[in-house]
Amino acid sequence: MNNWRFFLPLAVFAAFIGVAAYQLTQPKDEFVYSAMVGKPVPQFAMRAASSDRPGLSPADLKDGTPKLLNIWASWCPPCVAEAPHLAALKAQGAPIVGVAIRDRPEDVATFLARYGNPYDRIGADDLSKLQLSIGGSGVPETFVIDGNGIIRYQHIGDIRAEHVPLLLEKLREAGE
Amino acid sequence: MIAELGLAALWLAAALAALQLVAGFLAVRRAEGDMAALVRPAAIVQGALCAFSFAMLVWLFARTDLSVKLVATNSHSLKPLVYKLSGAWGNHEGSMLLWVTVMSAAGALIAGVERRLPERTMHATLAAQGFVALGFYAFLLFSSNPFERLPLPALEGNGLNPLLQDIGLAFHPPTLYLGYVGLSVAFSFAVGALLTRAVTPDFARAMRPWVLGAWVFLTIGITAGSYWAYYELGWGGWWFWDPVENASLMPWLAATALLHSVTVLAARDALRAWTIMLGVVAFSMSMVGTFLVRSGILTSVHAFAVDPKRGSFILVLLAIYIGGALAVFGLRAGTVAEGERFAPVSREGALVVNNVMLSAILGVVLLGTLYPLLTEAMGVRVSVGPPYFNSAGAIFVVPMLLVMAAGPLLRWRSDRLARVRGPLVVAALVALTVLAAVLILAAPGILPLIGLALGAGLLVASLLPLRGRSLRRLPLATWGMVIAHFGIGVTLIGISSESAFSEERLAALEVGDSAEVGPWRVTLQAVTPVAGPNWNAIEGVMLASYGGGAPVRLAPQARSFWTPPQETTESALETRWNGQLYAVLGKAADGQRWQVRLWWKPFVTLIWLGGLLIALGGVLALLGRVAHDLRRRTVTRKAASRRAELQP
Repeated sequence: MNNWRFFLPLAVFAAFIGVAAYQLTQPKDEFVYSAMVGKPVPQFAMRAASSDRPGLSPADLKDGTPKLLNIWASWCPPCVAEAPHLAALKAQGAPIVGVAIRDRPEDVATFLARYGNPYDRIGADDLSKLQLSIGGSGVPETFVIDGNGIIRYQHIGDIRAEHVPLLLEKLREAGE
Repeated sequence: MIAELGLAALWLAAALAALQLVAGFLAVRRAEGDMAALVRPAAIVQGALCAFSFAMLVWLFARTDLSVKLVATNSHSLKPLVYKLSGAWGNHEGSMLLWVTVMSAAGALIAGVERRLPERTMHATLAAQGFVALGFYAFLLFSSNPFERLPLPALEGNGLNPLLQDIGLAFHPPTLYLGYVGLSVAFSFAVGALLTRAVTPDFARAMRPWVLGAWVFLTIGITAGSYWAYYELGWGGWWFWDPVENASLMPWLAATALLHSVTVLAARDALRAWTIMLGVVAFSMSMVGTFLVRSGILTSVHAFAVDPKRGSFILVLLAIYIGGALAVFGLRAGTVAEGERFAPVSREGALVVNNVMLSAILGVVLLGTLYPLLTEAMGVRVSVGPPYFNSAGAIFVVPMLLVMAAGPLLRWRSDRLARVRGPLVVAALVALTVLAAVLILAAPGILPLIGLALGAGLLVASLLPLRGRSLRRLPLATWGMVIAHFGIGVTLIGISSESAFSEERLAALEVGDSAEVGPWRVTLQAVTPVAGPNWNAIEGVMLASYGGGAPVRLAPQARSFWTPPQETTESALETRWNGQLYAVLGKAADGQRWQVRLWWKPFVTLIWLGGLLIALGGVLALLGRVAHDLRRRTVTRKAASRRAELQP
């Protein structure tokens, strides 16, 4: 006498193998994207991070021009790597505003003097308040903000050469 | 040359595993002498060749032969010798070679000594063992060759991850492997018995030492791993419900259930199909664990040797072995005759409850570990953490512990609860007293409270089987049970006390400042640089005084290794009979001050002490069983020779 119940373990195991095999074939995506994309930038108030550029206020992000909002820090090595590509974006006409995370004015000044300053305005987010409320996952990170202050796109990690045309395209879309 | 010798031995061992499989299969099919005579020798030679191959790898690491890729990527000429040697298995390829070495050594051992099972069952068992080994040989030889040479020898090696340069961790993986692989023997026995329809008490007795041995190693491995994570990672925690930890806990849970059901089968010839099922499940858990850890399919804090390609390979092996075994189970389990019957209130009844509860806990852990995988397939990301594991696990742990208190007092086959009521009331009173005392003195959460009361009750209940018996004539196996159950109580008290009464203090101290945590007052005396063989560090010298008593010196370090560059924290521990003070030196806070983290953890050491007691119980039971088997074997042999003398 054969009992179908004795095959239940096999069925459960087959289901496990199926799910595991499916998952193995999926590309692994470790990024956690912000739930704020498509929504307005949260309210914030910041001091200026550097003496030679004005600070950042929510009104600056609603002046009708789409912008790149670059979240960075002078203590972050990938931010050094991304500096030339930010400069390239700037050279191709992208307006960039910066938010320096947990940074000191003198360190910000040293960083900008050494690696260039593509920013129109730089705010200082001393307690990562904006970073958390905008759904950032780390530094560096770049958001595309449209002229009405709506977050349109999030780029996680440092900007590399191949991302420059992509970000320019996103910026153009945000202006339509 | 050494590497080539090792590789050649590995290929030969693989060929012998194939021979073991084919000869065993033919012997089971046709029970002919020629092929059957090959099975045991093949297993023994295979074990010897594999051990030789592993010895070659260790030798390469001892010499730091940088023309071998594995050595160059995982070792460094400046490393202390013990970590050079442990580097041989502190990586994917080497650990897989260790895995097959242990597996083939176990195969060789059963081929050499196991004589009480029908020869046909033994052939099926060894064929299964050869089949499983063959898959792992293929894995090693085709996708993870440990002996691969570099086209050009490297000038210097990359070094071993500094977190792994620790004496505890040098021996933690091999211990766990012995456990995992010991379960492969139980698996082969189960498949062999199922194929030849010989699920008998003899089969259970043959399998039991392997289950016990594997279980002891798993217990030690988990205990050591937990203590290592506790003092080396510097987070003050001892268990994180991380997938890698769960991967070692799940086989342990299955092995614990198997250990108890195999006892029922050996003593009473009951629970036949269930024991076979557990034998398959226990080894599947080892393989599922290996798969989860190595494939990188789950995100873990200690992701180890992650590679999706290797993951696919292990998944295929898993599908073949476990799928195959479960298919055979489905076909054959119906034909395994039902075992002896027993009353619900009996030793067997209690052991069945224990098995059901352990399986439920296993299900809870398995579900929690795999849940992110399931939901991710549907596009939802979740993470499952302690709130789920602790509360869902407790639902089954509590009834299991209650039954565990009473079970050993019951008689086999049928008993009345009224007969054991007296001693159990004593244990219950102890538990209630502790419950009341803890409620009055402190008000911890509900789980620690239950844990403390149950733990205290268990300490008493676990000793009850000793009452009225001559301690000197008590069988070793019974001592083993008593000590292991006592150890469960000890661990439970440690866990509950740690979660109920721990105190934590995070302070920024200037040299000369003090901080208080629990009954301790800790003063930062100095911060000095120190240098080791392949690291340098800053060391915080602290004086800690317990309740105003004589101060003891603590010296936690923040170390920077340079091969490879990495920072680690070396916590400092001060152990008293009633707990541990745990100190970690952090980064320099603004200028003159240093971040210092302090914990006072009352009775935390009981967690690992209990773990060791559990393992000791297993060792005693194992010794008792093996000694008994050996005596019985001598008696049988003498009786046989006597009979031969009497019949000329």
